[in-house]
Amino acid sequence: MKILDHNELFQRPEYLEQFENKRQFEGMAPPEKVREISEWTKTEEYKELNFARKNIKINPVKACQPLGALLCSGGFQDTLPFVQGAQGCAAYFRSHLARHFKEPSVAVSSSMTEDAAVFGGMNNMLEGLENAYALYTPKMMAVFTTCMAEVIGDDLNAYIRSAKGKGTIPEDLPVPFAHTPSFVGSHITGYDNMMKGILSTVTQGKKGEPNGKLNIIPGFDTYTGNYRELKRLLDIMGVEHTTLGDISETYDSPTTGEYTIYPGGTPLADAADSVNGVGTIALQRFSTAKTMQFIKTEWVHKTETVTPIGIKNTDAFFEAVVKITGKPIPKDIEDERGRAVDVMVDSHPYVHGKRFAMTGDPDQLLGLISIIMELGGYPAHIVCTNGDKKFKAQAEELLSQSPFGAQGQIYTNKDLWHMRSLMFTEPVDMLIGNSYAKFLWRDVGTPLVRIGFPLFDRHHLHRVPIIGYQGAINIVTSIVNTVLDELDRETMHTASFDVIR
Amino acid sequence: MVWGPVKDQITISHGPVGCGQYSWWARRNYYNGQTGINTFGTMHVTTDFQEKDIVYGGDKGLDAAMRELKGLFPLANGIGVLSECPVGLIGDDIEAVSKQVEKDLEIPVVPVRCEGFRGVSQSLGHHIANDTIRDHILGKGGILEEETPYDVNLIGDYNIGGDGWSSRKILEEMGLRVITQWTGDASVNEMKIASRAKYNLIHCYRSMNYICRHMEEEYGVPWLEFNFFGPTKTYESIRKIAALFDDTIQANAEKVIEKYKPVMDAVIAEYKPKLEGKTVMLYVGGLRPRHTVGAYEDLGMEIIGTGYEFGHSDDYKRTYPVMPEGAVIMDDATSYELEEFTYRLRPDMIGAGIKEKYNYHKMGVPFRQMHSWDYSGPYHGFDGFAVFARDMDMTVNSPTWDLVRKKK
Repeated sequence: MKILDHNELFQRPEYLEQFENKRQFEGMAPPEKVREISEWTKTEEYKELNFARKNIKINPVKACQPLGALLCSGGFQDTLPFVQGAQGCAAYFRSHLARHFKEPSVAVSSSMTEDAAVFGGMNNMLEGLENAYALYTPKMMAVFTTCMAEVIGDDLNAYIRSAKGKGTIPEDLPVPFAHTPSFVGSHITGYDNMMKGILSTVTQGKKGEPNGKLNIIPGFDTYTGNYRELKRLLDIMGVEHTTLGDISETYDSPTTGEYTIYPGGTPLADAADSVNGVGTIALQRFSTAKTMQFIKTEWVHKTETVTPIGIKNTDAFFEAVVKITGKPIPKDIEDERGRAVDVMVDSHPYVHGKRFAMTGDPDQLLGLISIIMELGGYPAHIVCTNGDKKFKAQAEELLSQSPFGAQGQIYTNKDLWHMRSLMFTEPVDMLIGNSYAKFLWRDVGTPLVRIGFPLFDRHHLHRVPIIGYQGAINIVTSIVNTVLDELDRETMHTASFDVIR
Repeated sequence: MVWGPVKDQITISHGPVGCGQYSWWARRNYYNGQTGINTFGTMHVTTDFQEKDIVYGGDKGLDAAMRELKGLFPLANGIGVLSECPVGLIGDDIEAVSKQVEKDLEIPVVPVRCEGFRGVSQSLGHHIANDTIRDHILGKGGILEEETPYDVNLIGDYNIGGDGWSSRKILEEMGLRVITQWTGDASVNEMKIASRAKYNLIHCYRSMNYICRHMEEEYGVPWLEFNFFGPTKTYESIRKIAALFDDTIQANAEKVIEKYKPVMDAVIAEYKPKLEGKTVMLYVGGLRPRHTVGAYEDLGMEIIGTGYEFGHSDDYKRTYPVMPEGAVIMDDATSYELEEFTYRLRPDMIGAGIKEKYNYHKMGVPFRQMHSWDYSGPYHGFDGFAVFARDMDMTVNSPTWDLVRKKK
């Protein structure tokens, strides 16, 4: 039986007629006016007006701090994320991550309402900690805040001490916390704050014999494939390591017929012992700045920050591993590099000279700028809503290192509506962004390569790594095949509809 | 949920960036229009509060923001200011700002005090939104060329996956004139003229009974609850609605039922044999915990448990009579409680939301999102029932469940 769902149903004549008939009640502008305004939004004049706005964001590419804190806490074993604030916030973060990973996302909320607004959130927190501990038996609870708790000035440290003092939760239960106001920074800031909170709590008093292990801090990385790829690479090198905040099992767990609330994460003993590692490599700079500063001053061991997206960046990653661990780079990895370069050489004709618009988080964008330039593409419009001055300076420095960086412009604190103006007035060939960039794909018609977060409208992309040499292969594959899909569409009624490309 | 679907209004998430980001086009309130030009449903517009806004207040920024928006989107027919937690906590006066901007820009500007910490659930937000419709929009002008005795409002349908459109189709085929659709695919004009209808036909009682009661008291517009899930309830509702009108409409109603009955019978003949006897547990919001029961029963399925996230006592009063003997009814269940119910009741499928979905995938329990229709739909009306039947079949009978190697 042929069933028509919304994709086809509403294109049927009876519905088109219904829509036409409904217009008489809508009181909206006539079609010619809509066309006129539509054309106007594509102009230079509109772009200027658009860039002049200072008080409103339209389609921003950033989320808020507690989301990052939730992702971070989920990376530790048997850890229950505890959201101090109104209940809707926790529901929002959980839904958002569940939609991206297509996995369960766990958090509890202290459900603050009007009385907490007046009297503070201490009672909510004490009861919340007690209930959550009893119901979900965590080995650690990671507490972070929402707007409400921050505006009324809840003191997490004092509340947690009080909970332990009253025996609401065991004295020895680690309860790291982070103040994560949503009106400061973005999700990457929240990740950083929570990571610092967790590491400072679990490593307290644990400084002892060096364990010889390398610590990795992935940063706000929503590619579970990246975590597995990293482990694979370090295993090949024979480098003993601890990934701090390992979400690969938490957000990519097997279906076994049983639901487990804590399917994975960095073992708490390993996290505690990380203070005794030989060094720490952060794979993102802007989501780990405070954490890395803390490690540098408190743990006093070697630190490096490098995002292994693209060939040169992956080279730099391995150099950092060698520098800290003294282990040589094995032939297997050299071969992988060779294969990645092979891929880039093979595919370059379809990317060379193409102009790219890109949006996303700062560290990911730096990696993408790098790999696009390595391929001979031109990064053009680079929109980073949550990028700061430091990011802008670093991105501009990166662009200046290659002739392919000459067309690149960095726009921080801007959004996808700015990007729309840029893409209409100074067209590009390709767009890289998250699922929400599909509105630009529709409006402007520029082909979209989905890289970033969130990825809601394509399945399993987050399971495919974008870091390391294999990650470079995967990025090139999706870019070049998007170009070729588009080329096929453009040439399907011409002689150029080639079967060999 | 109430204001977001109004398509030619710009809805501002007033406060920090998160709330708007997480709710951005997650609810699939379909609409027709050119987004960013004359409609704004799939856009995330936010004042993006920073620390300085918390310290010095956000009113000035809001005022400037709305003027910038009107400059960029001249065809916007309204602006909604939806406050997030900090706005209420720091004591901003969004009402005063809205009043001034409304005067200057000559479009409705609606301040909505829907801070997340108010009330125990989203349900208070529906009530607050209804009150703002009453105070700022309803009955305040609007264009309606003529009135007819058959003018009705389709209320409490958010057009998820096109639900409102498939419901509207039935009402129009009955000979009724649907002058407004609230709020799925609604325009500001439709929000204004609703008080001029002869009847309010309400689907989601929970979220919009407030405005129906108001229209009854203030404008003398009576209201009727109906249910367009599944053919049995739809036939019943069609007749109930027709009884409000004259013989012509009543005759039309019979014709509509006659026309669609064979189509519905064919859907049932196709899917009932695959679903007969299967048990269902629901945990959703609004009207679904009770309104979808008949649709499942049309397919021979049995509801053994149902529950509301934010139900009130009047919801439960409406639920008991439609539930089969022995079914479990739950209120505001936690994830832990839901799991326990699942282990004890062993339903063949579960209908709930995104936060539950993947837990049940891990457990190998067939699951369907019954908020977003799992990105399918419509489920309302005759066209919707066919999709519903297809989707429940693919949920319960997917061979992927058999691949799960469950521990004994």
